[in-house]
Amino acid sequence: MTEGVLINKKETESKLEAVIKPESFTSKSTVEMEEVTLVPKKEIDIKLEADVITPDSFAGKNSEEIGNLAVWQGPKTYPLSEFFEVTGNAGSSAAETLIRIKGDAMRVKRIGEGMSAGKIEIEGSAGMHVGTEMKGGEIVVYGDADSWAGMEMTGGLLHIKGNAGDHVGCAYRGKWHGMKGGRILIEGSARHQLGGGMDGGEILVEGNVESFCGIRQNGGLIFVKGNALRGVGAEMAGGTIVIGGKIERFSPGFEFVSMENSVKSGETELIGEFKKFTGDYAISKRAKGALYVVADANPEL
Amino acid sequence: MAGTITIKNGYVFDPLNEINGEIMDVFIKDGKVVRELSAAELKNAKVIDASGMTVMPGGVDSHSHVAGAKVNAGRAMRPEDHYKANLQKTSLTHSGSGYTVPSVYKQGYDYSTMGYTTVFEAAIPPLEARHTHEEMHATPLLDMGGYLVLGNNFFMMHYLREGDMEKAAAYVAWMMKTHKAYGIKCVNPAGVENWSWGKNVSSLDEANIHFEITPREIIKGLTEINEHLGMPMPVHLHANNLGHPGCYAITKDSLKISDGVKTRQDMDVEWAETKIDPSRNRSVYLSHLMFNGFAGTTWADCESGVKYVADYINNKDHVVTDSGCTPFGEATVMTGDGPAIHDLYTLTGNKWSNTDVEMECGSGVLPFTYYKSNPVHSLQWAMGLECLLLINDPWKTIMTTDSPNGGPFTKYPEIMTWLMSEAFRKQTFSECHKWANDRSTLGGINRELSLYDLAILTRANPAKTIGMAHRKGSLGVGADGDVTVYNINPQQLDANNYETLLRTFRKAEYTVKGGEVVAVKGEIVSLPEKRTYYSEVHVEDEREKEMLTDVKEWFRYYTLGFANYPTPEKYLQNPTPIQVNVVR
Repeated sequence: MTEGVLINKKETESKLEAVIKPESFTSKSTVEMEEVTLVPKKEIDIKLEADVITPDSFAGKNSEEIGNLAVWQGPKTYPLSEFFEVTGNAGSSAAETLIRIKGDAMRVKRIGEGMSAGKIEIEGSAGMHVGTEMKGGEIVVYGDADSWAGMEMTGGLLHIKGNAGDHVGCAYRGKWHGMKGGRILIEGSARHQLGGGMDGGEILVEGNVESFCGIRQNGGLIFVKGNALRGVGAEMAGGTIVIGGKIERFSPGFEFVSMENSVKSGETELIGEFKKFTGDYAISKRAKGALYVVADANPEL
Repeated sequence: MAGTITIKNGYVFDPLNEINGEIMDVFIKDGKVVRELSAAELKNAKVIDASGMTVMPGGVDSHSHVAGAKVNAGRAMRPEDHYKANLQKTSLTHSGSGYTVPSVYKQGYDYSTMGYTTVFEAAIPPLEARHTHEEMHATPLLDMGGYLVLGNNFFMMHYLREGDMEKAAAYVAWMMKTHKAYGIKCVNPAGVENWSWGKNVSSLDEANIHFEITPREIIKGLTEINEHLGMPMPVHLHANNLGHPGCYAITKDSLKISDGVKTRQDMDVEWAETKIDPSRNRSVYLSHLMFNGFAGTTWADCESGVKYVADYINNKDHVVTDSGCTPFGEATVMTGDGPAIHDLYTLTGNKWSNTDVEMECGSGVLPFTYYKSNPVHSLQWAMGLECLLLINDPWKTIMTTDSPNGGPFTKYPEIMTWLMSEAFRKQTFSECHKWANDRSTLGGINRELSLYDLAILTRANPAKTIGMAHRKGSLGVGADGDVTVYNINPQQLDANNYETLLRTFRKAEYTVKGGEVVAVKGEIVSLPEKRTYYSEVHVEDEREKEMLTDVKEWFRYYTLGFANYPTPEKYLQNPTPIQVNVVR
């Protein structure tokens, strides 16, 4: 469970017809995969830096070798087997490797960092930075994901069935460029600064987001089916944001353009009654960001 | 015995002694180069077999931003510069992080593994001297010092306006010893003061607000004082109008101001033996020529104006310059030239830090990325190399990136290789924007620097220029036992094989400091103590007293008390004052 995730269950009465089905996000890989199972052994005190949990670093290793991979905990390193029961051998390549974490990994950070292929299934929640900089393959989180999920990812699919924390698909602190490619699907809600500095790719949120979704966005698509609090698209220069619910406090630097019946971004098309705005003109006069809000949910705009 | 070592059979390049690749042994005893070691000493001495390798004096960087408030502002405002570049602690070394603005430990280790042993901070605002010394104190493995920013200092401008050169000189002398600084830095003279009012100056004869003094008067005055006091180094000038299309003209005109000024370097030091006269013969040391070398009128029609400045420098003998090369990639621009950084902010929209340093100066910091796809950035790359290749006499040039302005010092291996290999330049031309070729002369230059030239640009000349050749930049008897051994066999050197050159310059085979091996193939192996140099400049007590009466009177405008202004010696590691202008 992400500490303090705002779960706003208030249903939005949007007349959005096209709903992206989660199934459309699942990969259609036909490669035979070898499965490695990680079962948590004990409560984890200081959070683990477990960027070794990727199909790429597991590939070609047997369960014992995988158990010997080093994870950082505070100032020390330990073998992965200190914290997880490892069973099964990995495939000969990342693409042929499936990692299944059977249990909760809320205190395990950086799972799937930089992975290029293969699959990780986490049958509980994932700690911070899950799927950070992932390039390909797929991660499924059955529970919640802590902050920085999919930070600066460039490809692949990150599927979170629960809620997500802050900074989903975002740029690292101080950086301008976040997610560049790939897709993130969140079946629950997400918190602040979703898609910050995003350059490309797609983020879909079935639930709601809090503040500053799409801050400094330069490209790509953010689609939030539910509501947003405030600061949507602040300082955005490009890309597309679609909000299916109500925006509590609309950003002041956007200008109304027209009413639209559909939104197209890449291969995705959404059908509905939208008010289209462009911006954010608060700083730059040349901004090319597009912000669509469902008309019915936002009558005052 | 610590600090005693023999480096055997290497190809030695020691330009101050006109040694050009001769196979010879270098002997160091108790940290200093000696003619030979006795049989007993040889028995206990450590020996490095440098057969088939290149041996040079330890690298000297005479212009780098490595310590102080603006460097730290760069660190603080750039977490993204640190999260991927990090260094694990070992039993010997400290952890660290940062790519363009590394933490002090990492920066010491990174310089050292590249073969550098001496680095001078390019700009110390007097008020930030304590902070600067604290960081220099904590930077391992490098002998250091720094230049005091005086070109927009209220006291300085006031005295120069009044024409009171005696007091002005006494003020400079007092400031050097008060802040433990080494030389005079002059940044955008008169302009930075105008920046306090949101303005700048655009010509050498434009008087600034309130003080009504012109850049020309400041440059002339500081140069006069510098030579009057017999400072170790020339006035280090960051010319006006920096980074603007067409700025080469004002740069050239600024250099003319010190033409004909008689140089006087009056240091009471023991000089290491050298064949070439190691004393200073330049009256101006221009910083980062590349940034001051744009021709054209706008960014649309800009082109390289380096050739015009280079022509001037080729025809005169009073100028030495460092290049300020831009090797592409990430950088953090930081300078005392606040308005120049503001211009970059309006150009890029990047995050930006700006500081007004009370009655002294200012500064600005901004992250910057040089892209091969960008026409101006590509041109800048070409211009940086032009600075070092169009000026014929290597004793007039110094290789820098104005780190981290043009790029971090860790990119020096790239610069060295571009200078040595036309093939590598051609390779880069093929990857970057055509402006690099179309709007500069670099494409037509087939000059390839030798290892001897490179030793001048990275060792001998920086040391000679800043007055450190009495102990740095050579392997003459009496010099500090600072040595770099590169795994390059000059007999088999193939400039077309630039990948190998890059690799070898990145990690020196051995870095020796004060006769102790400190780095081997990229690994730090020992951490001997370091030194900090500053100029203890002497003037008549009476002059100093008169001047201090004024300073104390005006000091009420500062936000700190007079007693807290000086930097005590305890802030320095092995403080090493250089006695200047001693009455004999």
